[in-house]
Amino acid sequence: MKKGILLSVEDVIKKYGDYTALNKVNISVPKSSIYGLLGPNGAGKTTLMRIINQITAPDHGTIIFNGEKLNKNHIKDIGYLPEERGLYKKMKVGEQALYLAQLKGMSYHEAKEKLKYWFEKLEITHWWSKRVEELSKGMAQKIQFVVTVIHKPELLIFDEPFSGFDPINAAIIRKEILQLRDNGTTIILSTHRMESVEEICDHIALINDSKTILEGPIEKIKEDFQPNTYEVSLDTNNLVSSNQFKILSHDKNTYKIKINEGFLVKQTIDIINKEHKILSFKKDSASVEEIFIKSIKDE
Amino acid sequence: MTILAPILMASLIIVPVFLANQDQQNRLIAVSEDDTKYSSKINDTDNINFEIITEDESEKIRKNLTDSPYYAILDIKNDTFTLFASQQIGLNIRNSIQNQLEKIIEREKLKQAGIDIKIIENSKTKINIETKIIDAKGEVTDSNTEASIGIGFITGILIYMFIFMYGTMVMRGVIEEKTNRIVEIIISSVKPFQLMMGKIIGVALVGLTQFILWILLTIIISSFAELFLIDAAEISNNTDTINQSLILDEITKLTGGIDLIKIFFCFIFFFLFGYLMYSALFAAVGSAVDAEADTQQFVLPITIPLILAFILIQPVMDNPDGTLAFWLSMNPLTSPVIMMVRLPFGVDIWELVLSMVLLILGFIITTYLAAKIYRTGILMYGKKISYKELWKWLTYKG
Repeated sequence: MKKGILLSVEDVIKKYGDYTALNKVNISVPKSSIYGLLGPNGAGKTTLMRIINQITAPDHGTIIFNGEKLNKNHIKDIGYLPEERGLYKKMKVGEQALYLAQLKGMSYHEAKEKLKYWFEKLEITHWWSKRVEELSKGMAQKIQFVVTVIHKPELLIFDEPFSGFDPINAAIIRKEILQLRDNGTTIILSTHRMESVEEICDHIALINDSKTILEGPIEKIKEDFQPNTYEVSLDTNNLVSSNQFKILSHDKNTYKIKINEGFLVKQTIDIINKEHKILSFKKDSASVEEIFIKSIKDE
Repeated sequence: MTILAPILMASLIIVPVFLANQDQQNRLIAVSEDDTKYSSKINDTDNINFEIITEDESEKIRKNLTDSPYYAILDIKNDTFTLFASQQIGLNIRNSIQNQLEKIIEREKLKQAGIDIKIIENSKTKINIETKIIDAKGEVTDSNTEASIGIGFITGILIYMFIFMYGTMVMRGVIEEKTNRIVEIIISSVKPFQLMMGKIIGVALVGLTQFILWILLTIIISSFAELFLIDAAEISNNTDTINQSLILDEITKLTGGIDLIKIFFCFIFFFLFGYLMYSALFAAVGSAVDAEADTQQFVLPITIPLILAFILIQPVMDNPDGTLAFWLSMNPLTSPVIMMVRLPFGVDIWELVLSMVLLILGFIITTYLAAKIYRTGILMYGKKISYKELWKWLTYKG
């Protein structure tokens, strides 16, 4: 079943004076997916996220949220964890979390109840009456995470959610993000940590130089990047190219092959199997990191 | 600050009165002269009593002046005058004695020239012009120029101070939100304009609360202090001075010809809107910089009109209905201060209303422009901002 689209950004242009931050950017984010927004520094990711959050307005283009044109009623449906994030240092953790939750339209009691749930879940209940300045950076990040997700928005936007976390806490946050997705929340995630993109994203978009250069489900992008490429391990090292496949490279008994247009994987396996013993046969795909670097160089 | 300020203000009222009264104690001064040329003519004053002593006594006392009942010894020899004392002699005592001696010599000279002193004394004249105000209905009320100057000056300066104080408070708040990076979290929930106005209105309410508290506390503290301090200071012979310092008397005295209630409401209005207008500008400055240290170049141009208004208080008072006064009280950037200075002298109602309308307009325009800068500025980090840059921000689309 094809999942519906929660958010689509169409032909968005944003200029700051002479500088074009976004130039006809298109993305569509499916419901209940984790959507990785990738791109080098200064590519326009933050601007795009600010536009989706209605912090700034685009000069041109439309944004459709849940079938409607994005408007201020959607603010409560979106949670945003910006990259540049902080808290009032002199305020107490609990008071501040309550204040920020109420800004998102929650009632005092509802906010308090939900905060209690999250504080218990992340085992930070004893921070409630501490001042923010007493917390470490990682601790403050946890609070920010909680206040971002507290009002159960349909769409969550995380800009570098793992920065500032140690590996243990990064794992906790990753687990929470996956759980949110499983419960139906759609998540847009921007990060420079390609291994986390690989691990948790379902879809990615690559933005470079104010434009979208790649977009789609992560598997499809990998396939498009290296179509019909497989890795075969044999017990011998005398495999040769045929009209069905081409050897791209080999390392001892392991070959990278590309199956030619019009042939099926099964046929190729059969042919190789006739003369060699196949130890393993698997899809060879580039890492997101390789795709990222190569696509940007090719631009 | 909330509690300290009224104590300071009350002490500003109390301390001078208290000190002045303390100083009024009587001094006994010994006069020693080889002759009676001067000593016979010297008279006691309000707080100096003179006692004539012989030269022998003088010698004796001089050896141990501290233990003698005398504050000082006035020694007169061959038209030279010397004051001996065990400590520095107060300026007012020296002046008082000097004046008396000068007068004695003057009279002596006039006498020698054959001029009758009585003629001179009779020719001395002192008049006091009473000023009264006739209003449109022909009713006459007392006017009080000194009180007008006083009220105008105090309210003008207070507005100047408050705008500065609370404007800076807004600016600091904006810088704080920007530097600790909470601003982006908040503006994903509320519009930047709402955040800016929230800050400005919040500080305005703090300001008004503080202001009202200050007035109440100042009155309470200074009334109490007066009761205790002045009574204790045993200065029953100086009732004039005390009466002048009593706040209630002061207020009753000043009400002649000046509508205090009108001034109070105008003060609240001009403070509020003057503050709203300037604090929008302060908020814009706060949003454009990364740290308070960088605010200098932008704060100066904003505060120049305010400082100008402050400097021009004097010329406006000299001619409260002149062209300068009129235009300064119409320009929204200077009107909060200048209008308060002009008000006690009487301002036509149309001028007052026009000035208020212009101030509200000024507030709307500056807030509109400030919001544009603010919106862009709060999300801009680590960039050295120039005026050219600010101008660009004004042209960005929402």
